[in-house]
Amino acid sequence: MKLTAAAVAVVGAVLLLLSLTLLIPGDPATMLLGPRATPETVAALKAEMGLDLPLPTRLAQFLGRAATGDLGVDIFSGRPVSTMVLQALPNTILLAVSAILLAILFGLPLGTIAALKPDSIADQAIAFLSVGFVSAPSFVNSIFLLLVFALWLNWFPVLGAGTAGDPLDQLWHVVLPAVALAVGWIGYIARLLRSSLLEVLNEPYVRTMRAYGVPESVIVLKYALKPACIPTLAILGIGVGELLGGAVFAEVIFNRPGLGSLIYGAIAVRNYPVVQGGVLVVVLLFVATNFLVDLSYLWIDPRARARLALAGERSA
Amino acid sequence: MAAPLLSIRGLEVRYATERGPARVLRSVDIDIPENAVVGVVGESGSGKSTLALTLMDLLPGNAQQSAASLLFEGVELSSLPRSQRRRLRGTRMAMVFQDPMSSLHPLFAIGTQMVDIQRTKHPELSSRDLRQRAAAMLTRVGVPDAAARMSRYPHEFSGGMRQRVMIAMALLVQPKLLIADEPTTALDATIEAQIVELLRDVRSDIRGSIILISHSLGLVADLCDHVVVMYAGEVVETGAVDDVFGAPQHPYTRALLDCEIDPWAAVEKGAALPRIPGAPPDLVEMPAGCVFAPRCPQRHERCGVAPALKSLDGNRTVACWLR
Amino acid sequence: MARWLLARVMNTHAGAFGLVTVVVLLIVAIAAPLVALHDPNAIAPIDRLQPPSLAHIFGTDHLGRDLYSRVVYGTRVAIGVSIVVMSISLSVGVLLGIGAAYAPRALDQLVLSIFDIINAFPSIILALALVAVLGAGLGNLILLVSVVFIPQFGRVARAQTLSIRNSLFFEAEKVLGTQPWRILLHHVLPNIIGPIFVLASMNIPVVITIEAGLSFLGVGVRPPLASWGNLLHDGYTYLDQSPWPAITSGLALMLATLGFTLLGEALRDAIDPKLRRER
Repeated sequence: MKLTAAAVAVVGAVLLLLSLTLLIPGDPATMLLGPRATPETVAALKAEMGLDLPLPTRLAQFLGRAATGDLGVDIFSGRPVSTMVLQALPNTILLAVSAILLAILFGLPLGTIAALKPDSIADQAIAFLSVGFVSAPSFVNSIFLLLVFALWLNWFPVLGAGTAGDPLDQLWHVVLPAVALAVGWIGYIARLLRSSLLEVLNEPYVRTMRAYGVPESVIVLKYALKPACIPTLAILGIGVGELLGGAVFAEVIFNRPGLGSLIYGAIAVRNYPVVQGGVLVVVLLFVATNFLVDLSYLWIDPRARARLALAGERSA
Repeated sequence: MAAPLLSIRGLEVRYATERGPARVLRSVDIDIPENAVVGVVGESGSGKSTLALTLMDLLPGNAQQSAASLLFEGVELSSLPRSQRRRLRGTRMAMVFQDPMSSLHPLFAIGTQMVDIQRTKHPELSSRDLRQRAAAMLTRVGVPDAAARMSRYPHEFSGGMRQRVMIAMALLVQPKLLIADEPTTALDATIEAQIVELLRDVRSDIRGSIILISHSLGLVADLCDHVVVMYAGEVVETGAVDDVFGAPQHPYTRALLDCEIDPWAAVEKGAALPRIPGAPPDLVEMPAGCVFAPRCPQRHERCGVAPALKSLDGNRTVACWLR
Repeated sequence: MARWLLARVMNTHAGAFGLVTVVVLLIVAIAAPLVALHDPNAIAPIDRLQPPSLAHIFGTDHLGRDLYSRVVYGTRVAIGVSIVVMSISLSVGVLLGIGAAYAPRALDQLVLSIFDIINAFPSIILALALVAVLGAGLGNLILLVSVVFIPQFGRVARAQTLSIRNSLFFEAEKVLGTQPWRILLHHVLPNIIGPIFVLASMNIPVVITIEAGLSFLGVGVRPPLASWGNLLHDGYTYLDQSPWPAITSGLALMLATLGFTLLGEALRDAIDPKLRRER
């Protein structure tokens, strides 16, 4: 059921994107050919680009082609958009995954520490830092990090993604942008986990474990952390969206190749097919990630599995 | 007489609330003999559950306790560090909680939980051995198909089955002191009967004492040797079950019995259902004097001063100026 | 009611800090001409990229303009845009939400689908896609950022309206023959105000961020109009020559988002502690 909702959303998004291109003042054909083109050449190019067909036909065409992986061609270079997107995608994924891993790696322990010693100095310090980081826009973080760690201290490279084929170099290049993106999320995860953990630690089922002398460390790490992660998981879906958005800035600021800089570059020159293709892929990624997050509930919570089974039985 | 398994003197527990400290337990003196089943009865708010949590050292953070003496197996509990008291749980002491639905972890199979609770008592056994013990105990408490059920989750069990699991967990650690906090309150009447049967059945398995907390006098009369009657955080009467219920010495005990034992007698006579007028006192702003006085049909001038717990013949105590 | 809110917000350090920051920012935005020390658009190439000094307390940018004054005027843009955007989003969203709750099922589904479609995009990506079509500029910016937030308000409004419609006293009112709009006014709106207000206040820092981000990328507010995003972009371009433009505008952004976030959270905790668990 969730799958169909997701599919509808994607199709709708495509619809939206396509109809938007219709709103563009002027049309790509005229733009390409320039002001000296004759009406005949413009009409000919329009026909060739399929711009004179009615919207439903164009939509169907686009969907049909997209299903086979054809996202149109770059207006200026004629290169297939899908190739450009596929080239750019791995970089963005690397950045996003690194950011997520960093966020979890630091957010989880910080949140746990804060919950274990509530209202202590450590807790208050973590709370203070968390709020400070959560609210700052990621591109501000990017620029400050760039300033301090790349320009002043020279610990990290300033620009680019590193030489292809050299994973260590690429990793070194991804550190600053990933940190910039992760910082806000570390704070958010820490705070969310803290409040979830505090709540779970007072639940009766945790009390049962305590009643049998189970050491507090086992209680926290095994029995409390698992349910406490559920709300954190919920925001992960939305978080990926923001991460993808923030990746645009990180890629532009650190001059990295990726979906973000691809889309941004295309907007600047009004290269609509590229914008369309890039945004479509981002939306697909976003929707897919949210779907995976929903699926993970099934993995974690046996009650959710039972509900699903029940729903399946009922409709069968 | 042999030394009691548990001897409580002067136990006070306060909860910090917005309006001030709520005195949930006041000057509680209780003896739990060896190998006895002792019922603790009283209304909601009488402090029964707090008593249980205090013994187990499971009080929440905003609670403050102090006791003149808390002797368990000859050891003064209040002088032990918390880590030591933790080691008592799941080895010498165990507790069965009131609501089995929320007391079992929903995200872990009950087999996993039953194994982990044994580790404090049997750190030397392997997981496989612990699982076998758990499965055997499940069968003992009447859970069919125990081996398969071990990998099931709590929500797949009915309420009665869950309570059996909790009882099995307690039996697995062979405690010297088992505290059952309202074990049947959250269950349907028919299931309640089954669990009562189970408790009767496994009583001999426990080579120790049981504290049975309940607001049901019938249950206590059925299962217990001794009874402690509590009201608003104080002990008002103790003694052998037959003595206390047969010849209650405290007006509150008598009123409780009237309410529960045979309300239909009043209906047949055309009278109103028996009840205790008034409400339990505010634990933050306690009135001076006997705590039951405002609701007591036999109160008089002396009740302005709180009566101490006095010993009577036949190993009974009561806190009332009338005795 | 407002007094009670104020008291509860000021109760925590965080809330107090947020409130004070927001008030200061509002004052700066409104009284910008009084607070600024120079003309924000006065170009003086001789003084370009100066560090902070007595004459220019934040330093100057690459065209010699006083950074402090530009940051001050940038406050106007940030706060002005966010208030306008929130108002538009709120109005359209609430209208759509209430309308959907009263509408026939097909229409309701359509509105929900539209919300789903908008939510299928990460907010910045949606803004970028829209800006690619509509073009840059302050007016377009306000419109397209408003679109991003419509679903949130819409869903809350719709949910509240539906629950009221399904409640018992609605039936009672219908029997009494009360007009629908009166029901709306007396029952639905008062119940919506709380969550909507909280939603709006928690989203303001997001709007500020999106506006600054789009301006930073050059597709938002157009120079020479001073937006923190623009300032940050210029700062980035000349980062190796002088860090001050970037530092000052970046810190302004951080302070604004921090202040509004803290205030929003304090308001949320005061109005409905139950919402604490959701974002």
